Formats: sequence, structure tokens, C-alpha cells
Amino acid sequence: MIRWILLGLAFAAIPFLPPFYLTLLNFMAISAVVALGLYLLTGLAGMSSFGQAAFMGLAAYTTAIATTRWEWSPWTSLIVALALCGLAAVVLGSVTVRLKGHYLPLATIAWQMALSILMGNLVSVTGGHGGISEIPALRLGPLSLRDPREYGFLTLGCAVLLALACAQLASSRMGRALRAARGDGVVAASFGVNLPLIRLQVFVLAALYAGLAGWLHAHFLRFVNPQPFGLEASMRYVIMAVAGGVDRIGGVFLGTGLLTLLGSWLQDILPVLFGRTAQYEVIAYGLILAGILLLAPRGLWPFLEAYLPRHRPPLISGHTLPAPPTPIPRSEVLLEVRNLTKNFGGLVAVNGISFAVHRGEVVGLIGPNGAGKTTCFNLITGLYPPTRGEIRFAGHLISGRPPFFIHPLGIARTFQQPHLFGEMTVLENVALGTYSRTRSGMLACLVGWDKLRGEEQAALAEAYRALERVGLAHLAHEKAGKLPLAQQRLLEIARALASSPQLLLLDEPAAGLRAREKQELAQLLRRLAEGGTSILIVDHDMDLIMGLVDRVVVMHYGEKLAEGAPEGVQRNPRVLEAYLGLPVEVAG
Amino acid sequence: MDATILGLLIADGITSGVIYGLLAITLVLVFTVTRVLFVPMGELLMYAPLTYALLVDHKLPGSLWLGAAFLVAWGVLDLLGGARRAGLFPFAGAAVLVGFGTWAASTGSPALAWLLAVGVVVLMGISTYRLFFEPIPHASVLTYLILSLGLHFVLQGLGLVFFGPEQYRIAPLLPGEAQLGPVPLPRQNFAVYGLALVWVLALYGFFSRSLYGKALLACAINRRGARLTGIRIRDAGRVAFTLASLICALGGMLLAPLTNAAYFMGFIPSLKGFVAAVLGGLVSYPLAAVGAILVGTLEAFSAFYASAYKEAIVFALLLPILFVQSLRTLEIGGVEE
Repeated sequence: MIRWILLGLAFAAIPFLPPFYLTLLNFMAISAVVALGLYLLTGLAGMSSFGQAAFMGLAAYTTAIATTRWEWSPWTSLIVALALCGLAAVVLGSVTVRLKGHYLPLATIAWQMALSILMGNLVSVTGGHGGISEIPALRLGPLSLRDPREYGFLTLGCAVLLALACAQLASSRMGRALRAARGDGVVAASFGVNLPLIRLQVFVLAALYAGLAGWLHAHFLRFVNPQPFGLEASMRYVIMAVAGGVDRIGGVFLGTGLLTLLGSWLQDILPVLFGRTAQYEVIAYGLILAGILLLAPRGLWPFLEAYLPRHRPPLISGHTLPAPPTPIPRSEVLLEVRNLTKNFGGLVAVNGISFAVHRGEVVGLIGPNGAGKTTCFNLITGLYPPTRGEIRFAGHLISGRPPFFIHPLGIARTFQQPHLFGEMTVLENVALGTYSRTRSGMLACLVGWDKLRGEEQAALAEAYRALERVGLAHLAHEKAGKLPLAQQRLLEIARALASSPQLLLLDEPAAGLRAREKQELAQLLRRLAEGGTSILIVDHDMDLIMGLVDRVVVMHYGEKLAEGAPEGVQRNPRVLEAYLGLPVEVAG
Repeated sequence: MDATILGLLIADGITSGVIYGLLAITLVLVFTVTRVLFVPMGELLMYAPLTYALLVDHKLPGSLWLGAAFLVAWGVLDLLGGARRAGLFPFAGAAVLVGFGTWAASTGSPALAWLLAVGVVVLMGISTYRLFFEPIPHASVLTYLILSLGLHFVLQGLGLVFFGPEQYRIAPLLPGEAQLGPVPLPRQNFAVYGLALVWVLALYGFFSRSLYGKALLACAINRRGARLTGIRIRDAGRVAFTLASLICALGGMLLAPLTNAAYFMGFIPSLKGFVAAVLGGLVSYPLAAVGAILVGTLEAFSAFYASAYKEAIVFALLLPILFVQSLRTLEIGGVEE
């Protein structure tokens, strides 16, 4: 509520501001649009770019050239400018999104330098350092947006709308996927997120935000030159976002506001203090940035946020997601592993393993530490490609396919060490499990279409139901990082359940649980199996395993040692030898 | 194009390639040990000859004061952090630096100025690490990168304050030109080649023969493992920054007679060093060196055909390099440990 009142006041103030502050307000709003793009890119997805000013420049020069030389309408040139920005971002992004995080910023620096040089030197097209002037003012029907006062409504309106879009995206399935991709790519991929694709999408989105800002800039000043689109400017946008707090929309606005005011103040005061008009602002910016990163790495917003009213958690109600159709025939082979081998350099972690899991069956995968059980899981879920052998799931050949292909077919897993997102709530963590059961894309989430269709509410209701099944519903709105280990393991199971899997892979779910919690876990797993979910479970608690499973597969040094009903395996001499280290004489 | 021009272009390309190579090697060295992509390397490279030029002109350059200020800040941080020993050492260092500088400026002796110019850059490099990177040892590569870009702007801005916008030409160590076939080459070029060769050999020896070098390599390969075997990551970082800024300072002193020196001239070579280093995946010295020669040659040829856009062409080279890198990777998408 308070946010909306503040927003209303900001708009109501526009007609009364003196001209100097009006200009500043316009610059602030334009910068905020760029910084909001960085919120998506850095705040949500954990990527970074030092080329946002170059995207602005590309759009600004496109509209400047199109409207002055070819006399296009600015609105047509907006579309073309955004298309060009998108294209540049696709080229830059597609060569870097598969690589480690620091390649993207390096690539954007190079792109920024290259474009700056072109803007300055391609005189016949860009007018060189003199720039292009007499860009026409925007017209909105009969209204000419010549005056900073009228233009302020447009720029501030754009900033507010785009901020709303950011908020929509952040609280959607794509927002969760982006935050998951930043926190732990392995988990994100294991729940169906195509990491390179969504990274590319969010980079393009940020470039489009910057492109719009560039277009606004060009028609506001009605003049373009290379200077506001250089590396220094790109750097300034990063500083604005980081100084305010790049992982909060409020932080982005705070940083933009402060740095714009500070910039205009520094421009006035520094030459007076030091005489010569050197690059004192630049030095100040650099020092501010260093100071913030060292002393308040999350920016200034957290200090302010403590005084703001808290968000009320969303009410969870209504329909859950439609259940995926479960094929009826029981005892059909669901997962088939044949001759599976994985070498890490000279180490053979898994050596020629074959086994099968039938529909509705609970299979235990046991063996001493280092037997290759977790590697098996990683191979089945697609984290590593196998060296040899093949894996089939429900009729699909899945070996060698990426996790985001395998998971939607109906395989979900938990991790030996809980891989949760401590900064996200318990409910949000579980809702990541519904990612591959929901469809809304980046654009749909950006405009809130997923919420209009009720998909997001259904996903949250589904997540809530999964929490109820593991008995954590009362903690739904806590931060996941606050939970003790046992509850984190249950949370991992809930996240896997939210994806409504046909096959559940559990990697030591009972480790660290107390006896009573283990009993509850066993009951839960039995109910799941009765409901038709197949389970492949790794654990060292033999009481739990033997009381739960239909069959056991024993692994030792990467090889299959034995397979069969629990009673038979418990008497198998080779198994006893592997576990107890003694050759055991068994008669008959 | 005739043979002379071809030869000239190649020689020119190799000379700049060697410089980019020195920068690329220092960037790889610092990155592998500390995970810092140290963009201001180019500024350090320029600070050395500019400091020298002012000192021989009987002026006390601001870079000495900056170095002293860094050392004082280091001492204060150590005292605040409750250092057990040598708390006063940085303060003494700062005093010596300023005192020595005043003396060198009053005599204007080139030898003293040379020594001081290199020394102050090394001190600056290592104290930059101490002041800005050591306090946040667990930050991400991205945080370090943003921080080092910020430092680039600080050092470049201060460069303008200290040295002004002028370009300086300093006297070469090896004056005159040599005739290599049809191609006339300044003798100073050979000093640059020699330095590069010595450094490559020295680094090779350091990393393959000495225990300290191996400790550094261990940090580069597996930080946690290195820490568990008793290697202090912090000390490794300091050694890496010391070595890197020493290479940079010497490179700058040898380069400046060939190309002049000015406060703004460090950044672009540093970026080109990155382009070259990326070719080796930011971890491989030999590939980074090859990449640097490639970048230098490409630049010389594009300068001949389209001089205004030579930088743009070099930066555009990063795209195909990254594309090849991205084909080679089998990761599920840039997952960082």
C-alpha cells in the first residue's frame, strides 16, 4: 500500500518540479530502466554485463539515424532498435551462456569497446564524436512530448511498468528457475531447467530494457553522441544497481536515485574542490563501488528494508496442477540400466552395471562408500554422460541426454547433501519442483499471464500439498536456510514430489534422521509406492532399506555384486564379505 | 603489399603481441591463483614509465604518494585486525618510499628513477590485493571482476590527476635500429622480446622446479585441497600479485620508449591481454601467449587495412574464440563450484 502511495506522489509531483529536477528525474527514470534490466540479469540470474550502455547506444543511434535521415516514425524505429538489440544480445549470449560465469562480462566489455569505437569512428553513419542532432520529438497522437515535464510521465511510466513486469517475473516459475540457476545450476537442471536457454533469454531481456532506455534517451535529449554510451556509462549502471542492492527492485531504484543525485552533485562540487576538471567523478564512482562491495555487499537496500512493512505471504488455496496421466500396467519395466560404465580419467566409478526398476517397485541400491551409487544416480539423471552402456526410461533412450530432457519424462531426485536455496522460502524451493509441469514462458511470466491463467497459483498449491505430504506445511513461508538438516531432507523429498515423478531417486534420505523420523519417512515412501510411484533408494540404514524395498541391488567398487529380494541378499556370502571384509563360509 | 611491408607488419604484430602476451600471462597468473580478473593491470603497466618520466624531470609524482597511502592503509588495517607482528612495517615502507622518492627526484638520476618506478608499481600491486581483495576471500569471481573494474576507473582517474593528459617518451635502454633482412627494427624491440623470453622461462622454472611455485599451482588447481595441505591462500595471492605487478612494471618500462606512455594507454592493451588469455580458457600460459601473438598480428594487419577500426576488429575476434570454447565445453551450462 505504502509503495503505491509513494508512486502516486512521484507522479503527482511531476508538474510541480523545477526544470533542473525534471531533467534529473527523466535521467533517473531512464537509468532505472537500464538498472532494472540488470536486476533481471544480475539480481535474479546472477550473470553480469558491462555492455548495457552499448545496447542503449545501439538503440539510440538506430532511432537517431532512422528518424533524421529516413524520416521514420520514432515508434517504428523503436521496434527496429529493439530488434537490433535483441539480435546483438542473441549473438553475444549464445557464445557465452554455456561457459563459466566470467566469460559473459568479458564478452560484454569487448562488445562495449567495439561499439564505442564504431560510434566514434564510423563518421559517415554516426557523425563521429559530433553525434547526430535534431532528432524529432516524440508525438503521442495529438500530444507532442517536447517538454521534460510531459516526457517525465513517459519515462517514469516506463520505469514503473517495467518494474512491475520485473516483479511479476521474479514471482513466477521463470523467476524461480533463474534464481535456482544462480544458486545451484545442478539442481536447476535436475528439475528441468534448460540453463543455457534461460540465461540467453534473460540476457536478451536485459538488452531490450537497455535498448528501450537508449531510445528514450535519444528522444529526450534529441541528440546523440558516443559519450553516454561508453564503458564508463555501462560501469555506472552496474554501480547503480549494486549500490542500491541488485537483488531487490527497490534497491535498484534506490541506487539509481542516489547515484544520479550524487553524480550531479559531484559534477558541481568536485571541480570547485580540486580546481581542474579531471575525471574526479569517475574516481569517486570507483571508490564508492569498492566501498560498497567491501562493506555492504548486498547494497544499501537491506538497511532500508528493515523499516518497510513486510510482504504478506501469499494465501495458498484452490486447485493444484492437473495430475499427469499415469499409465496403469504395473510390473512393466520403467527404468532399464544396461551395461552402464563411467570412467573419470583412469578411475572406473561404475563398471558394467545392469538392473531394472519396475513400475510401482521400490528398489534399494546399496553398497559400501565409494561403490558408485551416487555416480549411478548422476548418470540416470543426466548430470554426466555415461562412458558406455545405455539407460532407458519408459521407452525413451535417456543416456547421454541432458538433465532438463530427462527430468520432465518423470524422474526426480534428492541429493545426498541437501541442495536447497537458503534465501528462498520453503514453499518457493518446493515450487521449483513444479517447473516442468508448468508451461508459461519468459514473456508470459513478465506480463503476469501465468497468474491470470491461474497456473502460478496452482503450482503453489501443488507445492503446498507436497509440503503437507512430508509434514512441513507449517514452515512454508520460512527461509529454507533456517531449517535443520532432517527437515532439509524432507524438503528435498517434497520438491521431488512436487514434480509428480514416476520414478523417485532418493540419495541417502535417512542420513541424520532420528529413529522416529525414519519411521515417518518409511511410511511416506510406502504410501508413495502404493500410489504407483517407483522408488530407487540409496541408504546405509539397513533396517530402513530391508523393511521398505521389494528388491536390492548391491554395488561394490563400481560393479554389481548381487541382486534380489532383501532376505536372499542378506545371506549372500559375497555381500557379507564386501560389508564385513571377511570371507564367510556358507554351507550349501 | 610487398615483402617489406609484410615484414614490417609482422614485426609490429609480434612486438605488440609480446606485450599483450606479458599482460595475458600476468592476468592468467593472478586469475588462477586468486580468481581475480585484474583489469587495472594495464594501469599498473603505465604507472611505471610515467613515474619514471616525472622523477627524471625532478618532480615527485603522485603515484609515490598513492603507493605510500596504500601502505599506510595496509598498516592501519593490520593494526585494526590485531596483527601479532610487523604492524609497523608498512608505515616504515611508506616513509622510505616518500623519502627515497624525494631524493631520487632531487638528483633526477635515471637509474634511481628506474628502480623506484618499478618498486612503487610492485608495492601498489600487492597492496591493492591486500586492501581490496583479501578482506573478501570468499566472494565470487563476478564480485571480484566488478571490484577490479571499479579499481580500473580509480587508477585511471588518478593517473590523469598525477601525470596529466600528456604523452611522455622515455629514453630507450637500447637506442638505434637494427636491420633484420629488409625490415628496420628499433633495438628496443629486442629488449622487449628478451624480457618476455626471460619471464616465460622464469615462470616455467618457478612453477615446475620450486616448492613455492608448486604451492601456487596447487592453489590454482584446487583451493580447498591447497588449504588442507597447509598452503596459505592469502600468501599465495600476495606472491601472485607481486610477480604480476613486477612483470607489468618491467613491461611498461621497456614498452614506453616504443609507444610513448600516457595515463589512458593501459586499458586497451589490458583488454587485449584478456582476449588472448580467453583463448587459453584463462588458465593456460602457452595458449595465452599464442593468443597474444595472434591478437598482435591481427591488429597490425587490420591497422594497415582499416586503421580506425583496428581495435573493434580485435575485440570482435573474441566472439569466434568464445564460440570455439563453448563448443568444447560439456558442462550443463557454466556451473561454477
